[in-house]
Amino acid sequence: MTITPTIVSYLHLCHRKLWLHAHHLRMESTSELVAEGKLIGETTYPQRALKWQELDLGIAKIDFFDPKSNTIHEIKKSNKKSFAHNAQVKYYLYLLHKIGIAEPTAIIEYPKLRITKTVDWDTEEDQDLVESWINQADTIIKGTCPDRLQISKCKKCSYFDFCWSGE
Amino acid sequence: MKKSFYLFNPGRLSRKDNTLKFVPVDENVNEGQARYLPIEQVANLYVFGSLDANSALYNFLGKNGIGVHFFDYYEHYTGSFYPKEYLQAGQLHVQQSLHYSDPMKRITLAQEFINVGAFNMLKNLKYYQNRNKNTAEEILIIEELIKQINHTTKVDELMGIEGNIRQVYYSAFNKIIPTFPFNGRERQPPTDPINALISFCNMICYTACLDMLYHTQLDPTISFLHEPGVRRYSLALDVAEIFKPILVDRLIFSLVNKKHIQVKHFRNEVNACLLKESGRKIVMKAWDDKLTDTIKHRKLGRHVSYKHLIKLECYKLSKHLMSIEQYQGFKTWW
Ligand code: SF4
Repeated sequence: MTITPTIVSYLHLCHRKLWLHAHHLRMESTSELVAEGKLIGETTYPQRALKWQELDLGIAKIDFFDPKSNTIHEIKKSNKKSFAHNAQVKYYLYLLHKIGIAEPTAIIEYPKLRITKTVDWDTEEDQDLVESWINQADTIIKGTCPDRLQISKCKKCSYFDFCWSGE
Repeated sequence: MKKSFYLFNPGRLSRKDNTLKFVPVDENVNEGQARYLPIEQVANLYVFGSLDANSALYNFLGKNGIGVHFFDYYEHYTGSFYPKEYLQAGQLHVQQSLHYSDPMKRITLAQEFINVGAFNMLKNLKYYQNRNKNTAEEILIIEELIKQINHTTKVDELMGIEGNIRQVYYSAFNKIIPTFPFNGRERQPPTDPINALISFCNMICYTACLDMLYHTQLDPTISFLHEPGVRRYSLALDVAEIFKPILVDRLIFSLVNKKHIQVKHFRNEVNACLLKESGRKIVMKAWDDKLTDTIKHRKLGRHVSYKHLIKLECYKLSKHLMSIEQYQGFKTWW
C-alpha cells in the first residue's frame, strides 16, 4: 500500500478515516467544504505561475514548488487541524529529500486568516518521525476498520453520515 | 436542492449551454413553449411521454451524474440511463461479489431484507389496527411466518416465505382501503386500481433506490435477495424491499383514504387498469413530497429526508460488506 500525503494527514485526524480512504471508500466530492477548499487553491494565487511550478511526485502532486529555493507552498482553509497539515507537509519534505532535493522548506498559508507558517526539514529527526508515521499508517490499513472517534469530533467529517448511520 | 423532474408530455430535450431545454410537441407535431432547467437543479429525470434526444444530451447528463428513468405507455418501467459510476471502489466491489457467491453470507443479508421488510409491513398493519381496522388476524399470521425466516438456508425458500407474507399483507388492504375492491396482487398487467397503484409506486420506489445507489459505491447489479439479472439493477430491488412498506404502501393508503386518488384517475384498457395522466401527476407529486419529508434520525441526531434515509441504507450495506458493522435494516419505530 502506498502511503500518500493524504493518508499521513489522516493519521493525525482519525484512524478510521485513514482506513476508509485507503480502502477506497470515498465520499462524494459535492460537499461545500471541499468545494470551498478547491476554490481557495484555484483562485488565491493565479499570478504566481512564474515562480512556482507544479511538481509531480507520483504519489502526490505539489501545486506550488519553487525550484530556486526548494520551497513548497501549501494553502489551507483553516488552521484548526494544523498538526495534520504539518504532518502532511513534513511528508512532502521527506519525499523531496528522498529524491535528492537539498534542504527543502515548506510554507503553509492560511489566506483567510492571513497567517503563514514555515516548516523546515531536519534530516535526522524528521526522517525517523516520518518513517514511524508510514509504519503506523501501514499497520492501520492492514488491520480491521478502526473505531469511530467521539461523535462530537466527527461533525464536520465527510464520512459523518457513513460512520454514524446505524440501525 | 436538486429535484426530480417528470416529463409527462412528448417532446424534445436538448442541451442549451448549462441548461436543459424541453420543447413539448403535440400530436400534430406542433412545438409548444420551451422550458429551461438549470442542470444544477436536476437530480434525475422520469420520462413518461415519448422523448426525442440526442447523444450530446446524454453526454451532458452523464457528466453531471443525472440518471433518466423511462416508462412506456402502459406505465411499465422499461429501463434507465445510468451514468458511468464515478466513485470506484475496488475492494468493496470484490466484497460485494464475495457476499453474493458465498451462500452463508448471501442468505444472511437476504434474510435481513425480508425480516425488516416484513417488520415494516407489520408496523403498517398495527397502525391500522389501532385505528379500528381489524387486521389482527393478518398480524398474527405474519408474525408466525416471520419466525421461519431465519431458518431458511436457500434464497428460493426465503422468497417463498416472503411471497406468503406479502399475500397475507395484501389481503388486509381491503380493510385498510375499503373504497377499492382488491383481490390480491396481479402484476402483469394490473387489472384493478389498487394493483395499478402498487405496480406504479413500486417501480418508482425501485428507481429512487437506484438513484441513491448511484451516489454510493455499491454495484447496483450485484444483489443478494433477488437473483442478479432479474432486473439489471437488482440491488435496487433488494433495498426497495425495506422501503416499499414505509414509502409506497403508506402513500397508497393515504392517497386513497384521503380521496386524492379516485376511480376517475384510472383508465381501463383491454385487460389492464392504468393510471391516467392526471392520476400519475397526483401520485408523483405525493411521492416527491414523501421523499423530501424528514424524520429525526436517532443516531445522526438531525432530521433527514426519506431520500437520504435510502442513501444511509446503502452506506450501511457497504459497511457490512467491508466487515465494518453488521447490517441492520431500517425499521420504522412510529
Ligand atoms: S466520521 Fe468520525 S470516525 Fe468517521 S471517519 Fe470521520 S472523524 Fe473518523
